[in-house]
Amino acid sequence: MNITRRKMLVLLPAAALAWENLLAGEPEKAPNYGTAEHWWAMLVDIEKCIGCGSCVNACQQENHVPDGYYRTWIERYRVYDNDWDNPVVDSPEGGKLGFPSEKNPNVKQFFVPKMCNHCADSPCTQVCPVGATFISPDGVVLVDEKYCLGCRYCVQACPYGCRFIHPEKKVAQKCTLCYHRISKGLTTACCEACPTGARQLADLKNPNDPIHQFLRTHSVQVLKPHLATGAKLYYNGLDGSVR
Amino acid sequence: MHTDGFMYPNEIELQWSILIAVYPYVTGLVAGAFILASLERVFRVEEVKPTYRLALLTALAFLLVAPLPLQLHLGHPERSFEMYLTPHRSSAMAMFGFVYLWYLMAVLVVEIWLDYRRDIVLKAQSTTGFKRLIYRVLTLGSDNISERALAIDNRVGWIVTVIGIPSAFLLHGYVGFIFGSIKANPWWSTPLMPVVFLFSAMVSGIAVVMLLYMLTSKLRKQPIDMRCVDTIAKYLFYTFIIDFSLEMLDLIHRIYESDESFRSLDFMVHTRLYLSQIVIQIVLGTVVPIGLLVLAQIFSLNENWRKRIYVFSGCLTMIGIFAMRWNVVIGGQLFSKSFLGYTTYKLELITREGLLIAVALMLLPLAILYVLVKLLPPWEGAEETAHATSARAGA
Repeated sequence: MNITRRKMLVLLPAAALAWENLLAGEPEKAPNYGTAEHWWAMLVDIEKCIGCGSCVNACQQENHVPDGYYRTWIERYRVYDNDWDNPVVDSPEGGKLGFPSEKNPNVKQFFVPKMCNHCADSPCTQVCPVGATFISPDGVVLVDEKYCLGCRYCVQACPYGCRFIHPEKKVAQKCTLCYHRISKGLTTACCEACPTGARQLADLKNPNDPIHQFLRTHSVQVLKPHLATGAKLYYNGLDGSVR
Repeated sequence: MHTDGFMYPNEIELQWSILIAVYPYVTGLVAGAFILASLERVFRVEEVKPTYRLALLTALAFLLVAPLPLQLHLGHPERSFEMYLTPHRSSAMAMFGFVYLWYLMAVLVVEIWLDYRRDIVLKAQSTTGFKRLIYRVLTLGSDNISERALAIDNRVGWIVTVIGIPSAFLLHGYVGFIFGSIKANPWWSTPLMPVVFLFSAMVSGIAVVMLLYMLTSKLRKQPIDMRCVDTIAKYLFYTFIIDFSLEMLDLIHRIYESDESFRSLDFMVHTRLYLSQIVIQIVLGTVVPIGLLVLAQIFSLNENWRKRIYVFSGCLTMIGIFAMRWNVVIGGQLFSKSFLGYTTYKLELITREGLLIAVALMLLPLAILYVLVKLLPPWEGAEETAHATSARAGA
């Protein structure tokens, strides 16, 4: 192969990237991962979320989420004049580009990252006619894409709007809690990308997980608790106006 | 897609289309027609006898079409058999396949076959060529039409109908449960849903058989048995009253409780669902036909006026019940589960889940019914005529 100076210039950055990947190595393998030893959950600290959209971007890249659909998204709440029955909520493009700034000083504003709640008594898995969606033994709600009929019943049954039908695959999709990562000892893409640590993956079965300390010392709430779905997406600082 | 306020980002796309509104409509007609047929068979309402067989054939024609809208709607229709092979027992939808098969194979087909067995055997003897072959196959190898055999048929048929009534209730009640059991959706989630579905099914089934009976009599240039249609109209009125009371109970309950979803649902009924819910379903599709049926009961109108009233109120009923299915299925998806926003449903025309397919699916049962009626004439005395003709031909 005849390498010219011009070709060399093109190849060098590519080689540098490849070298970096080589050095980073493969993600840590977890051959001894035991599903019975974990019970996954996630902690979202609303007081820390700055609405930057990094988590949404990271999720979309990691999981090849089609445009216009979201496995995670950020909602911005603005409560004017303490009217928390009528919050103004937006989530342009799932918040992945961040949010325009709010100039009004008399408004209460905060960001709420949303995703699948990985409910322990999940209404979506209950209604699936073939059991294509299920709760894994380690507490993650997953979809078997080779089995899903695309009947959309689970999308209707999810109270949090976390599911969608993949426009090409015609099957239900949702947050997998980056199962391909957490089963190898990594954290989720969204948690890894969060610059403020507002999202924390938590293993409720691990006695050393800081989640236990956090849950003991903070007022933590889940979304729509009256629906008794056993949601495992715990929010710190959740405002009463959040739906 | 036009949205107001805030929808969760994945909610903007509507999941269930007009086909899912067609599905409970068609299933409801099956259940309603069968229950009307059982009036004669089990409850011995002799007046409705002229419609007995027509009601059974109508139920069969619609039942054969019932799974099609679902099949067309699935993202992977080729996997639908998995519902039979590996059903998920906690899913209301998984039970559809079994309730459907049970109802089709154990109730409707058996009852029709037993009821027509004598006619089929006679036809197999009197016809020739391809027709003869069809009837011979339909006899299933049994050509015993002795008095005793027919008495057994009759007895078994009665038992099948008795089993069939709860089965028809199950068939449509469970369709209501599919919606009523979704706690995420306050528009659907009510224990009244299966009962409302059931009674609205009876209303639509009774209305469709009444209309078909009057239409076929007209086409056959036979006089309409007024005693029969008067009785059917009476039953239509009774079931309508129960259906309307239940729906109003649901409405009043919602208004009085005014829970977190109320503002959202109330807004929807006053805006996006105003035409389909208030105008078409409640006023034109329920109050007007009930009023007309009351008129026909109270005043001693002459035959022609009664006929006109029955046809008009029957047609309005059919439209009203379809509007009810539409308002449940489509209406239940127009608001956000955050109760902060609303979306719209854009009915497509030629796509797989578009209007044309929906219309075709509504017409298909009528085509099937045409074939069934040709094959197994439901008219009183038809078999005697056929028998007489063949006897003459034989002589």
